[in-house]
Amino acid sequence: MLTVRGLFTEYATERGGSVKAAQDVSFEVPRGKLFTLLGPSGCGKTTTLRSIAGLEKPTAGEIEIDGRAIYSSSRGIFVAPNKRNFGMVFQSYAIWPHMNVFQNVAFPLQVRRLGKKLIREKVMRMLEAVALENFVDRDATKLSGGQQQRLALARALVMEPQLLLLDEPLSNLDAKLRDRMRFELKRLQRDFKLTTIYVTHDQTEALALSHEIAVMNEGRVVQIGTPRQIYDQPRDRFVADFVGSTNFISGTVLAVAGERCVVSSPLGELKARADEGMEKSAAVAVSVRPEDVELSETEPVASDDGNVCKATVIGRDFLGDYLDFHVAVGDVVLLAKAHPSLRTAAGEPIYLRMKAEKCIAIREQ
Amino acid sequence: MTDLVGSLAPRPLLAAHVEFKGVLIGLSIALVAWLALVPLAFLLWQSFLTPQTANAPAHFTLQNFRDAYFSAETASLFLNSVRFATGAAGLALFLGTALAWLNERTNTPFKSLFFALTIIPLVIPGILFTVSWIMLASPKIGLINLALQKLLDTETVFLDIYSMPGMIWVDGLHYSPMAFLLMTAAFRSMDPSLEEQAAMSGASLLQTARRITLKLAWPAALGSLLILFARSVESFEVPALLGLPVGIHVYTSSIYQAIHQYPSQVGLASAYAVTLLLLISIAVYSQSRFAQEESRYSTVTGKGFRPRTIDLGRWRYLTAGIFILYFLVIVLLPFLVLVWSSLQRFYSAPSWAALSRMSLDSYRAVLSYPQFGQTVWNSFVLALGTATAVMLLSATIAWTVVRTKLRGRWLLDNIASMPLVFPGLVLGLAIMVCYLSMDIGIYGTLWIMFIAYLTRFLPYGMRYNSAAMLQIHKELEESAAMSGASWSMSFRRIVLPLLKPGLVAGFIYVTVVSIRELSSSILLYSPGTEVVSIMIWELWQNGQYVELSALGVMLILVLFCLVMLAQLFARQFGIAEA
Repeated sequence: MLTVRGLFTEYATERGGSVKAAQDVSFEVPRGKLFTLLGPSGCGKTTTLRSIAGLEKPTAGEIEIDGRAIYSSSRGIFVAPNKRNFGMVFQSYAIWPHMNVFQNVAFPLQVRRLGKKLIREKVMRMLEAVALENFVDRDATKLSGGQQQRLALARALVMEPQLLLLDEPLSNLDAKLRDRMRFELKRLQRDFKLTTIYVTHDQTEALALSHEIAVMNEGRVVQIGTPRQIYDQPRDRFVADFVGSTNFISGTVLAVAGERCVVSSPLGELKARADEGMEKSAAVAVSVRPEDVELSETEPVASDDGNVCKATVIGRDFLGDYLDFHVAVGDVVLLAKAHPSLRTAAGEPIYLRMKAEKCIAIREQ
Repeated sequence: MTDLVGSLAPRPLLAAHVEFKGVLIGLSIALVAWLALVPLAFLLWQSFLTPQTANAPAHFTLQNFRDAYFSAETASLFLNSVRFATGAAGLALFLGTALAWLNERTNTPFKSLFFALTIIPLVIPGILFTVSWIMLASPKIGLINLALQKLLDTETVFLDIYSMPGMIWVDGLHYSPMAFLLMTAAFRSMDPSLEEQAAMSGASLLQTARRITLKLAWPAALGSLLILFARSVESFEVPALLGLPVGIHVYTSSIYQAIHQYPSQVGLASAYAVTLLLLISIAVYSQSRFAQEESRYSTVTGKGFRPRTIDLGRWRYLTAGIFILYFLVIVLLPFLVLVWSSLQRFYSAPSWAALSRMSLDSYRAVLSYPQFGQTVWNSFVLALGTATAVMLLSATIAWTVVRTKLRGRWLLDNIASMPLVFPGLVLGLAIMVCYLSMDIGIYGTLWIMFIAYLTRFLPYGMRYNSAAMLQIHKELEESAAMSGASWSMSFRRIVLPLLKPGLVAGFIYVTVVSIRELSSSILLYSPGTEVVSIMIWELWQNGQYVELSALGVMLILVLFCLVMLAQLFARQFGIAEA
C-alpha cells in the first residue's frame, strides 16, 4: 500500500523564480494494484512519480509505503532513491550502453552484493519472463525498441521491488507494438501482483491498464476513480475533454431531482445526470460522448430516460470501422459516431437520441 | 567523502549529499577563481606601478598608460594591430567560407580531404608555419623568390614576407581551417529547403549561392569574423618573426619587447596587455551578443538530412584545382620546405648540388644537443601533467554545471571559460607578475608554467567534458540510483565508463596544445625549464635553421600521431573536433 499525502513540489528555475509542479497531490494505491497518473504534458504527473522515486525532493508532504515513511516533510525524513527498493522504467529506458543485456539486468543484484550463482539464476529467470533469454550476450544498444523496453522492465523487476514506477514506458514505440506491449505489461503486472504507478498522457493506455486513474491538470489531481467512473462520470470539463472526446452543450439547470436534472439548452430541454449538490439555475455544460449520440433517419419514440431532437447532417468522415457524423441543431454542432451502414447525405435531416444516463451535467466554473 | 561527512554529523543522507556537492562546488569555484582572476588583478595593479629597481621601490603612476596611449607610436601600434588582425581574420574567413561552400554544397572531387585540413593549425605550430613561410617567401632566401628569379632571369624580389601583407598572408592562411569549421557549422545549420525553394523558383546555381546561401550565412560569417579577429589580435609568432625585424609593431610583439629590454618595463607591458584584453573582450562580447541576435534569425531545423549537393559539371575541375592549390600552400609546401632544410648541413635552395649534400646530420645534432633530453622531458611532464589536471578539474566543474541544480553554477561555467579570452602572452605576463609579487617559490620552476597551462587550457577541458556529459542521458544515472546504487557506485560503474572516450580524447587534445604552447612559456621559462617550443624559438634566434627544421619535422610527426589518436577516440564518441 502506497500512500501519498499533501505532496507539493516546486522547481527553482535557472535565475530565481519557481515553478509549481505538484500541488496538494494525495492518493492511495492498494497492494498489487496498478494506479495511473494521467494528464497532459506539464501537469505534474512525472514530477509526482519522480518524487515517489526519490529523484525529486518535494517541498512538503508525506509518502509512505506499507506504513514505512520514505518522505515526510514534517518529520524531516528523506530516504535516498537507492535505499527505497523501487523499480523504475524510464521513458528513455535508460539502457546502459556500455553493458550487454545480462549485465544490465544483473546490475541491481550486483549492487546488492548477491552471489554470482544466484545472480545468474535470477537474471535468467527474469529474462525468460520478458522473452529475452536468447539475447543474453547481445549488446544492449543493438536491441529493437520493444526489446529495450522489455529489458528495462526486466531490470526493474529483477530486484523484486516493493513498488514499480513506469514513466510513459510505451511512448517511444510505434502504434502496433505499443498495443502488444501494453497487453504484455498488464499480464506481467497482474502475474507478479506488483503495486505499480504508471504515468502517461495517453488516455487509451490509462483506461486499458489501470485499476484506478488519477487525472491531473496544472499540478493538481482533478479526479480519482476507476477507468469506467472517469470515462462515464467526468467530474469537470477538463476530465470530460481530456479523457476521450466529447460534445459540450451549455445550458442552465431548470430543475433537480435526485441524480437527475433538466437543463434548458439550445437543443431544447435536456434530461441529464447531475452530481450531488447540483442547484437550480446553475450554469452547466452537458457532456455527451460521440458514441452515445444515437442517429436514425426515422423519428425515434420519445421516452422518459432519453432526449430526442431533430438535426441536419453537415458532413461525415469515413474512418473504416465507423463514421464520424457532424450534425447541427441550430447553431450547435455535435459529433456522433455511427455504424458505417448509415448513409444519410450532407444536408439531409436526421434524428438524435441521447440517453439521460449518458448526458453528464458539469458545472461551469 | 560522503561517508566522512555523514559519520561526523548523523543527518539524513540527502543533507550529506548536498554538503558534499557544496564542498565540491566551493572548492572548484575557489580554485578556478584563483586561476582565472588573481593574475588578472595583479596585471591591472602592475600597470599602475613604476618599474622596481635596486634603489627605488615601485610607486603608483599613470605613466605606463601615458606611454601606451599618448606616445608617438600609440597610433601606429593600434592601427597596425587592427590592420593585422582584420586582414588576417578577413583572409581566413574568405578562404574558409569559399572552402566550406565547396565542401558542403558542391560535388567537388577530393572532398574527403577537406576535414583532414582542419587539423593543420593543431599539428603545425604557428612558429613552424611562420618559419616555413620565411623559407618560402623571404626576399633573400625564399624558395619561391629564387625559383621565379631563376625562371624569369631577373633580380626582382617577387614576394616579401617581412611586411604587413606577408604577416596577414601567413596568419590568415594558418587559421583559415578554423574559419572553414565555423562556416561549415553555419552551412549545416541552414534549412536546405530554403535553397531548394530558390532552385525551384528558377534561380541558377550562382544566384542561389549569392542571393540565398550567403545572405543566410551572413550573420554567422560576421560572428566568425569577430572570433577570428580576437584570435589574430593575440597572435604572437607571426608578428614577432615577421614584423619585428622590419619594425612593424603590434600589441603582442610590443609586450614581448617591453619585457625583453633592459631594464624590463613590466608596467608598460601590463598597460599594453590591458589594452589588448579590452580589444579582445569587445570582440568576444559583441560576438556573443551577435550570436543571441542571430539565433532569432537562425534557420536551424535540427533535421539530420544533408542538402542536395550541386553538380558543378566541368567547373568541378576548376574547384578541385583551387582546392589542390590550397592544400599545397597550407600543408605541402610548408612541410616539404622544413623536411628539405632539415636534410641539409646549412640552409640552401634545392639544386642538384644541394641534393647530393643531403644528410641526417641536423637530426643527429639536435638529438645530441646538451639540453635536448631535459627539454623534451620538461615538455613531456608539463603536457601530461597539464592534461591530467585539466581533465580532472574540468570534469568536476562540468559535472557540477551539467548535473547539479546548485545556484551559481552558471557563474562557475563562465569563470572556467574565461581564460579563453586571455592571449597566451598576456596570461604569461599576468602570471609572471603575480608570482613575482607573491613569492611562494614557484617562479623559475616548471610549476609556474604548469599553472599557466592549466589556466589556459581549462576551457578546452570544459568543452570536452560538458559535451561528453551532456550526451549521457540523466536517466542513465537515475536508473542506477533506482537499482540501488549509491552515488559513488553509479559514478564509478555508469558515469565514468560512459565518459571515458570523451575524457581520453580531451586528454590527448590538451596534451597536444600544451606541447606546442609558446606564447605563455616565452615569458615564464628560465634556464633549465625550457620546453620544445622554446627550443625552436631559441634555435631561430641563433639562426640554426637546419636544426630547427629537424626538430620541427619531428615535432610535427609526434603531434600528428597524437591528433589522429584523439580523433579516433572523439569519433568513437561523436564529439566534434574543437
